[in-house]
Amino acid sequence: MKLLSDTAVLLQKELRAEFRSHELLTTASIFILIVIVLFSFTFDPTTAESKQFGPGLLWLAFLFSASLMLQPSFLKEKTNDTLSALRLAVGDPFAIFLAKLCANTIFLLVTELILLLVFGVFFNIAVMPVFWKLAFVFFLGSLGVSTTGTALSAVSSQARMREVLLPILLLPLLVPVLIPSAEATRALFEPDHALRWDWLGILIAFDVVFLTALWLFGEYLLEE
Amino acid sequence: MNQRVGDSAGIKFSRVEKKFGRLYALRRLDLEVSPGECVALTGRNGSGKTTLLRIATRLTRPTRGEVTFPGAPPGTMPAVGYVSHALMLYEELTALENLLLFARLLQVSHPSERAAQLLEAANLASRADSLVRTFSRGMKQRLAIARALVQEPSILLLDEPGTGLDTESAARLVSTVRQLRDEGRTIVMSVHGESELSSLATRAARLDAGALIADTRLGATFQAVFAAGDIS
Repeated sequence: MKLLSDTAVLLQKELRAEFRSHELLTTASIFILIVIVLFSFTFDPTTAESKQFGPGLLWLAFLFSASLMLQPSFLKEKTNDTLSALRLAVGDPFAIFLAKLCANTIFLLVTELILLLVFGVFFNIAVMPVFWKLAFVFFLGSLGVSTTGTALSAVSSQARMREVLLPILLLPLLVPVLIPSAEATRALFEPDHALRWDWLGILIAFDVVFLTALWLFGEYLLEE
Repeated sequence: MNQRVGDSAGIKFSRVEKKFGRLYALRRLDLEVSPGECVALTGRNGSGKTTLLRIATRLTRPTRGEVTFPGAPPGTMPAVGYVSHALMLYEELTALENLLLFARLLQVSHPSERAAQLLEAANLASRADSLVRTFSRGMKQRLAIARALVQEPSILLLDEPGTGLDTESAARLVSTVRQLRDEGRTIVMSVHGESELSSLATRAARLDAGALIADTRLGATFQAVFAAGDIS
């Protein structure tokens, strides 16, 4: 119970700080918007090509923007040593991770869903008929990205090359998220709009494995 | 008359050693702080004061040796309030939000009342809803001490609390620490020797290159002389 109540308190703090500053949401949204617009004008794809290559492009944009968004997750706790204050106050350090990954998942999902509409316009794909199914796929993908990214943000915030370390570690690790997410998204653009549970199963397995690893070993990532 | 805290605990460092890579931050250090004692930790920059305080909070794990808390119930860790020179406050939250956050995490009963009480004591009640980033260094320091006191800790660890304060803020800090000492809390504070805060100490311990090189119990005369200077 203490874990859940601590997580709720910390999540409230994360959301309040972000919705006051809009730093992460603004940065990530602008980045994804630029990628979508540039790719749209560069390749000028037909509708068939968009359905074929659009999902991969969309998820690549999501991953790069996630690496921007996740970087400050623990780094900002270093500025005033607030991470130490949190470690002294929480019962289980996993609450710190859980709150941050919930907040990061929410931020990513909000950004993705807003930018999905822009993607639909620029790539001439009807996204509204499958909006909720896409939202489900995006949620599973974002959870995987956030879980891995939050853990690596804790690691990179203590390293010397912290600005470049996160993307270098994160992007290769997220290949098992990128492929099933892009494939499951592509399947929803097919005429039958089917949820591909084979790909979603991989995503769910990835999320469960990395969440469990974070729960078991997260404490060590926070130690000095 | 000051209200005294109950169940005061001390701190005992037994053969504590800390290495960062090949560098020794602390070398087989033995130091026992009795419950209710006020210890001034002195030494040059890099002598190991901060590392010692962080080991006492358990934020840093010693390479060898152990820290125990005499006076605390067996198997429990007493409430420890810690103020580092980084202040440990969220600049993008208000003063009230900062205190409420930690009061809720520490499961303080009636967090809103406790936060209001601490803001009043820190003379920050009128700025309760202001963002911390708009505060002066002195105000932040007062709020940092208020944060450390959220759960009524019996042990208070202060890492160079006087750094960057003007005369008025420093005097207010001395008054606050004196009150906390008189309430019977165990206080360990790293200070620079000439600081007025030193006058509050009942004991002085000096570190050099991670080793304890002097440990002196200060007499009433010493404290009275500094206290008189403080008043003037």
